[in-house]
Amino acid sequence: MIRFFLKRLALTIPTFIALMFITFVMLRLVPGDPIEVRRGERGISPERLAQLRHDMGLDQPLWKQFLDYANALLHGDFGTSIVSKSPVLHEFLTLFPATLELTITAMIFAIVLGIPAGVIAASRRGGVYDQTLMGLALTGYSMPIFWWGLILVLVMSNTLHLTPVSGRVDLIKFYYQPVTGFMLIDSILSGQKGAFMDAVRHLILPMIVLGTVPLAVIARMTRSSMLEVLEEDYVRTARAKGLSWTRIVGVHALRNALIPVVTVIGLQVGGLLAGAVLTETIFSWPGVGKWLIESINRRDYPALQGGIMLIATIVILVNLFIDMLYGLINPRIRHAK
Amino acid sequence: MSGKNGALLEIENLTVEFKTGSGYFRAVDGVTIKVDKGEVLAIVGESGSGKSVSMLAVMGLLPWTAKVTADKMLFEGIDILGMSANERRRIIGKDIAMIFQEPMSSLNPCFTVGFQIMEALKEHLDLDKAQRKARAIELLGLVGIPSPEQRLKAYPHQLSGGMSQRVMIAMAIACSPKLLIADEPTTALDVTIQAQILELLVRLQRETGMGLVLITHSMGVVAETAERVSVQYAGQKVEEQVVKNLFRDPHHPYTAALLSALPERARGRKLPSIPGVVPGQFDRPAGCLFAPRCQLATELCRTTKPPRIDGALCHYPLHDGVPQNHPGKEKAA
Amino acid sequence: MPSDASLAPTATAPAPPGPLRAFWRAFRENRGAVLGLAVVSFILFVAIFANVLAPYSPIEQFRGFSKLPPFWVEGSDPKFLLGTDAVGRDMLSRLMYGARVSLFIGLSVMVVSMVVGVALGLAAAFFGGIVDVIIIRVMDLIMAIPSLVLAILIIAIIGPNLTNTIVAVTIVGLPRYVRLVRASALTELTKDYVTAAKVSGVGKFRLMTKTVLPNCLAPLIVQAALGLSDAILEAAGLGFLGLGAQPPTPEWGSMLADTRDLMLSHPWVMAFPGLAILVTVLAINLMGDGLRDALDPRLRRS
Repeated sequence: MIRFFLKRLALTIPTFIALMFITFVMLRLVPGDPIEVRRGERGISPERLAQLRHDMGLDQPLWKQFLDYANALLHGDFGTSIVSKSPVLHEFLTLFPATLELTITAMIFAIVLGIPAGVIAASRRGGVYDQTLMGLALTGYSMPIFWWGLILVLVMSNTLHLTPVSGRVDLIKFYYQPVTGFMLIDSILSGQKGAFMDAVRHLILPMIVLGTVPLAVIARMTRSSMLEVLEEDYVRTARAKGLSWTRIVGVHALRNALIPVVTVIGLQVGGLLAGAVLTETIFSWPGVGKWLIESINRRDYPALQGGIMLIATIVILVNLFIDMLYGLINPRIRHAK
Repeated sequence: MSGKNGALLEIENLTVEFKTGSGYFRAVDGVTIKVDKGEVLAIVGESGSGKSVSMLAVMGLLPWTAKVTADKMLFEGIDILGMSANERRRIIGKDIAMIFQEPMSSLNPCFTVGFQIMEALKEHLDLDKAQRKARAIELLGLVGIPSPEQRLKAYPHQLSGGMSQRVMIAMAIACSPKLLIADEPTTALDVTIQAQILELLVRLQRETGMGLVLITHSMGVVAETAERVSVQYAGQKVEEQVVKNLFRDPHHPYTAALLSALPERARGRKLPSIPGVVPGQFDRPAGCLFAPRCQLATELCRTTKPPRIDGALCHYPLHDGVPQNHPGKEKAA
Repeated sequence: MPSDASLAPTATAPAPPGPLRAFWRAFRENRGAVLGLAVVSFILFVAIFANVLAPYSPIEQFRGFSKLPPFWVEGSDPKFLLGTDAVGRDMLSRLMYGARVSLFIGLSVMVVSMVVGVALGLAAAFFGGIVDVIIIRVMDLIMAIPSLVLAILIIAIIGPNLTNTIVAVTIVGLPRYVRLVRASALTELTKDYVTAAKVSGVGKFRLMTKTVLPNCLAPLIVQAALGLSDAILEAAGLGFLGLGAQPPTPEWGSMLADTRDLMLSHPWVMAFPGLAILVTVLAINLMGDGLRDALDPRLRRS
């Protein structure tokens, strides 16, 4: 098992190197030299510009710049944001819990509803449940999520006044120190009455919007995987043993059917982060996605570079984790050399 | 009506049709099967003869696209065709058990061997955990698996083909069934293992007195294990006889052709084979289904469905190799 | 007459259907797929003939007629059936021309993705070694960066316009095609008919295109159909963020972005473009599903 993990970890190293290279190259390709744009600024002399250029290391040959960059990354220096003047890593870590809370809850939402939906649809194939659930799933994953978010806000927030329009917490009513960065947890820890419910009400719409596509994909995948498994020989054996349909589906089929579903869940993680960008924009959710968009609009390229590097790293690590999980569930892989 | 010990399984005029994109496919066509208590019946035929499908129909293991009709389908005198699924579940796995062709894929890869055997015991018998475990070990010993206690914790992918099939057999006889159906149990196994498994089945049958239905495409297997044999072709039962008599004097041309294709019986330098293929969904002949491939087919065979004479579905059944009432070779083909 | 099976056919059942008819029949069985096909054809028709069908130009602004509701709401003007947007452009016309833009983007992405994907996938499978490793690593890298984030990055470099949207969305979606073709090709390469072809001296290029490729087509076609819907959604996402086709070009995604401020007072301005995207993508997905079920015999329900 350990060997399996180490082997996979080693395989990610070339990907990281390539990632560093790509982010480095891409940002050099972006039009608009950050030094040149400041040329017209009042009080800036050419000497000062040259000094700035030197400070930012931009007068070095490219390959040296890359090595410096890689070196800095390995020491945890992801650059400094032009806009906020603070280290990118620091900004990222401040905002990341918000995104994490959103993506985790959205994924839980998707799994908790998606897998049972797929199982029910498969076990009553062709029936009403199957067709309705799959119809809903198909619609869910055909929707542009920014529109879906807007519709939900329109209906829930503006018309029904059930949920707030934006943000994570009602700052007028509540204020508490962030401990974990997760509103759901911090609100409970703060001991203020109603804080938790407030956090939930703020979270629920973004969670649903972000989780809709993974929900649909997981439901469909579970159903099709389940259908395939139900055709397998060992399911026939289970039926020949006289076991009840519930037991066959729930015990024998499910474990095997879940294997490809776990893979799909892993693949969804990258998609979740992409979706988070749009969701955070709509709901003004103060997370990494919204920050990335703002960085682009404000031409804060170091932030963009560092941010992408960090996000991609996280995705790679999560994929590694999912690989491990897969090995755990499927005994064949565990026992293989 | 009843055999020497009483009828165990009685099926009359069973027809199974599968719904396909282009019409219905008749996999089993008016088949009649009877198995008595403690009897060993072999059902032999090529792929596509419908031999497995009839038994799957008895077990209720056919997919939803299958339409099953029969005049009679009785197990120990009780109608199992009309039973509800829940009622049937009480018999399947307990009084009637079935083992299949591919033992390696017939066991669930996620659970241990012990789990799967004890599950069968838990479903049908009233034993506590310790008793189930003891019985499972006993069963593994009965089927000839060495170190049964250790084997309980093994996963299916750790077993060889022969071992897996033994485990399947153990699972099948766990609740002491009255009838065991073995669907090509040795086809997927090595030749050396085949003999062992067959021997095991025969021994178990003799020791427990259960009925055994052995489905196979090999006449050799039939000769070694069965008392009576039923020959199927293209979904129909074309002949049924006591094994010794069938080998000595087959009545149906198809049976005769099958026997003459056995390497042991070859006389010349070329092995005689049966030309042509089994009719599928789209080319079923109007008359006798075997006519396109039969050496002795006449115009009558091609146009009219044959009657059942002397247990054989043929216009001119063979007696000692001679077709009865046949117009002669010149008129044939 | 010899005793083999060469008798006159005495069939009592119909002959098996040919492959194209069998495919159509299987496809037809799926009512959703047929509906999808009908809707897509309709939208395609509208997109192609937008010039003729649309009542107005999509970029013409009718000052004084802005923010009008659709005809079933009070205060509307029958001249503008679905109302107008914030600067007085006719919604219906914009939707129709928008169909053209979105479908154009989607189809372009699909075609380019297939061509490049097949080329890279086959190259990886056939040349193996370092070529394979490089291609796969690059694809892994693309997949490691969340799709929208990567697309945004690419647009940041090459600038926001229609063509660049196509480029960005293609790059982001490429790994799926490349991996599919590569996996298919690798499987086929193990098969005997390829060895037979190699032994009879078939050159590498011909082997790739004439021998192996046709057998990889079925999953590729399904992926292309589903990729089309993904492409339209990604492009709309970019448009929504202002990074796609620039105004005044009517693109459904950017039409939605314009409307956020108006959402409360004039909800229909937001509803229609989104609905257009939803219906189009849904129809394509229905078709894609039907396509997959019809082409993959394992999944067929008989």
